[in-house]
Amino acid sequence: MIEGDLLHTVTRDHISDQRKLFGKLLVWVTALFGLSLAAWQFAYETGRVEGGFDTWRPILYAYMLWATALCASQVIVNGEKGKRTLFVLPAALFVISLVVFPLLFALYISFTDWNLASPDGPQPNGWANVREMWNDSFYWNALINMVYYVLAVMVEYIIAFSLALLLNAQIRARKFFRVVFLLPLMLSPVAVSWMIGKSMLEVRFGPISRLVREFGIEPSFFGTPEIARFMIMAMDAWTFIPFMMIMLLAGLQALPSEVIEASKVDGATGWQSFKEVIFPLMLPVSVTAIVIRIIFKLKLADIIITVTSGGPGGATDSVTSFIFREYRDRSNVGYGTLLAIVYLILIIIFVTALLKLVSRWMERPS
Amino acid sequence: MTAIFKDHDKGAEPGGKWWMSRIAIYTALFFWAVICLFPIYWTFTTSFKLAPDVMRGNMVPWWDFTPRWKGWESIGFSPRLIGEVSTVRDEFLKRFWNSTIVSLSASTLAVVLGSLAAYGLSRFNYRFGFMRNSDISFFFLSQMILPPVVLALPFLVLYKSLALLDTRIGLILLYTLMVLPIVIWIMRDQFQSIPIELEEAALVDGLGIWGAFLQIVVPIALPGMVAAFILSLVLCWNEYFFAALLTATNSTTLPVMVASQTGSQGINWWSMAALSAAAIMPLILVAIFLEKYIIKGMAAGAVK
Repeated sequence: MIEGDLLHTVTRDHISDQRKLFGKLLVWVTALFGLSLAAWQFAYETGRVEGGFDTWRPILYAYMLWATALCASQVIVNGEKGKRTLFVLPAALFVISLVVFPLLFALYISFTDWNLASPDGPQPNGWANVREMWNDSFYWNALINMVYYVLAVMVEYIIAFSLALLLNAQIRARKFFRVVFLLPLMLSPVAVSWMIGKSMLEVRFGPISRLVREFGIEPSFFGTPEIARFMIMAMDAWTFIPFMMIMLLAGLQALPSEVIEASKVDGATGWQSFKEVIFPLMLPVSVTAIVIRIIFKLKLADIIITVTSGGPGGATDSVTSFIFREYRDRSNVGYGTLLAIVYLILIIIFVTALLKLVSRWMERPS
Repeated sequence: MTAIFKDHDKGAEPGGKWWMSRIAIYTALFFWAVICLFPIYWTFTTSFKLAPDVMRGNMVPWWDFTPRWKGWESIGFSPRLIGEVSTVRDEFLKRFWNSTIVSLSASTLAVVLGSLAAYGLSRFNYRFGFMRNSDISFFFLSQMILPPVVLALPFLVLYKSLALLDTRIGLILLYTLMVLPIVIWIMRDQFQSIPIELEEAALVDGLGIWGAFLQIVVPIALPGMVAAFILSLVLCWNEYFFAALLTATNSTTLPVMVASQTGSQGINWWSMAALSAAAIMPLILVAIFLEKYIIKGMAAGAVK
């Protein structure tokens, strides 16, 4: 990242003290207004004051008023410099208010025994949730499944790379094939789980079942743990291979053609020029594609929820689908949130380690 | 003339080996094309089948089965029902409308917020406390690894107290948050490739920073913005997890409607097929006509 303003602006800003004071006052007044409104509402909900609002919606409006005032005051107080801040500030405020506050809130919920079905509301219960998680074999099982799912990315990568090479070859109707290969990515995982998971793999009438029966094998796609897990992987791969394929194709098309031609002149066969020239040059793109795909894979849930709901016996569960059911079936908000927080910490550690590990391949070899 | 370049017979005309590789390449291409297209073909044809066709495994319309409108009648679309009042069609259109509004607004919001942030980060030097430009970029991009489950339950509780549960605005906010890092990633790349001299010239001519951005930079970066918009649109249209948790009756989107039907057993496949086909149709059209932009968007981050 380049440090220092790329776009220099020299402006004479004469900002009077009055204007500065007005800008600062604007922020403080709206902030105080929002805070007092929130305090009032809190007092009303805990029963200390008589009148109040039905919901917290007015406090949301007060918060938005404060955010607008903060943006406006940037220009009022800082003049030209404030106009620059105004580019980033809205997005930053948006993300902070939608991520940081809920995360802090999640941290609090995760140490309570909150169950939506119970009338008492959240009661802090210390480390009880952690102990429960420690003994929850289904959660650990889901984590191990995630390892399998992430490893499957490597197979997807090999297929995606082959497809990208095919599309990059001298072929006719390239645009047609590109559109066709892209199509699975457009389909929603839920539609895919019906189209493939529930109808094409249906044991009695599904076309794939008929095909398998032709070979003399009795089809059962979601009966045994291994095959069920493989089927989930295959469906997920089907939707997401185009994603890696497009990234790799873009990388292939950006390769310097002189280098490849030079290797051909030197007498390299197709395989040799791939192994010695194309693959090393593609390493940065490959690593980027794989890392992003892994990040997406860690969120895998929709297909599992709609096709197997984790069965048989939790063999196909991903962490997300497990927590989804923890909420849907048992309304266990407190425990579910703790599991999610633990998963987030594991993901952060894993992705940081992964990025450290692969960072030396991200640079283009000179 | 030709003799000069023909120093060896082998180089002159394609030999057997060349044909072999051609055949191998086209076989592989057609094989994968079938894998990509068959589920879609299957869904569209099944939506015109009747129970006996499904059970006999007929595949080719007009050849081994006669297409019927039964599947499409179950969501109120058929030549017979199109002029009449139909509750199932209203239901479907309501979901469709919800999906459209939510994904269009979320993508628009994300592209506006994301483009502004990406432009600022690619042109100016910021210091918010200890955060410098690279830290701010990392802060935005790191949202990509945040799994939806972590936010889902706090948002459920939060939305309940804000009365945003089962509203479109609630979904729009979350979807914007979800696609914002991707938009910033694509747009930062786009803005970095625009020469700064253009804006400098605009500033000399008396435009302010925002004037230069809106009048000079935005028109140039428009294709990139369209790419980011379409990619966001695809992600939002297909999102299921948040929609399933945070909506109940008023603002459920199409994926939730599709998922709620899959539980029903039996082989009324025709109606499921019609519903799925209707749900995936818009994005298939997007893919066919706007493929250029989708590829541009996804390629943006890969190649520097």
